[in-house]
Amino acid sequence: MILLDLLPIAILGGLLGLDVVSFPQAMLSRPLVAATLAGVLVGHPLHGLVAGVVLELIALETLPFGASRYPEWGSASVVGGALAAGFGDGPPGALVVAVLGALAVAWAGGWTMFVVRRINASWARRSREGLEAGSYRTVAGLQLAGLTIDLARGALLTGGALLVLAPLLHAVVSLWSVDPRISRGVVVGVSATVAAGAAWKIFHTTRGARWYFLGGAAIGLAVIGMLE
Amino acid sequence: MTTPPRLSLRTKLNVATRLFAIQGSWNYETLLGNGVGFCIEPALRGLPGGCDGPAYREALARQSRYFNAHPYLAAVAVGALARAEHDREPAERIERFRTALCGPLGSVGDRLVWAGWLPLCSLLALAVFGVGGGPLLVVGGFLLLYNAGHIALRLWALETGWRNGLRVAPALGAPVLRHGPEHVARAAALVAGIAIPLALSRVIGPGRTLLGVELVAVVAGAVLLARLHGRVEGWRLALGILAAFVLFSVLRNG
Repeated sequence: MILLDLLPIAILGGLLGLDVVSFPQAMLSRPLVAATLAGVLVGHPLHGLVAGVVLELIALETLPFGASRYPEWGSASVVGGALAAGFGDGPPGALVVAVLGALAVAWAGGWTMFVVRRINASWARRSREGLEAGSYRTVAGLQLAGLTIDLARGALLTGGALLVLAPLLHAVVSLWSVDPRISRGVVVGVSATVAAGAAWKIFHTTRGARWYFLGGAAIGLAVIGMLE
Repeated sequence: MTTPPRLSLRTKLNVATRLFAIQGSWNYETLLGNGVGFCIEPALRGLPGGCDGPAYREALARQSRYFNAHPYLAAVAVGALARAEHDREPAERIERFRTALCGPLGSVGDRLVWAGWLPLCSLLALAVFGVGGGPLLVVGGFLLLYNAGHIALRLWALETGWRNGLRVAPALGAPVLRHGPEHVARAAALVAGIAIPLALSRVIGPGRTLLGVELVAVVAGAVLLARLHGRVEGWRLALGILAAFVLFSVLRNG
């Protein structure tokens, strides 16, 4: 991947990484959206969307509660979508390695968010005097610095991850030996398992939710029967 | 209830726009505190003495201290605290009120949005994908639906806070906040049941045998995950299984 191809994807990763927490939290950073947008940039939106669906199923489990540490799905899904779309049609194992790459980046992204929050805290400590004096310059300066570092974090993470992962994963795909349908079955099966587990975790305390879930599953299976 | 003092449309828009960046400098010490100060600032300019007056500076210093809440419902706090500053309430009272708001605004917002509205919209989008929706419909539909609720909640929260000031607590008992999370959770459970098999089916393609095996495996895996009671995070499990699968596929070739 040459740098000129990388730049727009890294910028997209920065912007969508920013959406996770800092601005505007409009869920542009959800895997469904982020991976599809990356797919659009690479020229294969549908491949990006499929990677986004698989990652979204896994991300359902993540509830971004305040100070908890969680995977960063925005930049990671841009990486996953770009990798999946970059493979184009055909190579078996492409979806598996794209999703695996995105999961690794989501893990690293969670750590980078933790680092950014600590840097923000140190800046806030150093600005205590201005804050206690009610200086708007200090308040706005901290806000702008926080937004800037988060944007840079997402862009560097996305660009760096693609630089490392794209050649590595292309090499892996060239050695792939499992049947393409089975490969897709494994990756989506694992993600659907995480999603079903997440649905239980989130909704099991709600009265009657399990019956709603089972009723929904019956409807889903009936629709599959009708579509085939 | 007293009639709230007038805030110009420009000031309201300024505050409302800044709310989207309320977590811009989120950190482990003051959490949302600096963001609250940043958002409330345009409303403080109307205090006696104007921008550089002691009332403005004292209020901005007070509002930039530690604060924690759900980022969308923090708008209730921004509105209510701005109103309290305009009503010239005593500083100790404002600080006590500020502390008391953190808990409820956090827990209600987390249940309503992170554990309700977001999964519901996401699952609906997955269901649309499962029945054959293309990128524009899936992504566009998700963003429109989610943000209709998101933006409406932020604007309602800001207006409710400003209208009620320190007496905002009864407004937090609004039906949408009290019963909303439960209804949304039920709807999301129903849609989860529909969306998961549909999305699974579309990604693996036609063929009943593989789909049947997959569904049985998914149910067994989900039961196992549920029994582990959150001791294992699903995404870590997925990472481990997929890494092992990739290794298997590559080594088998060699």
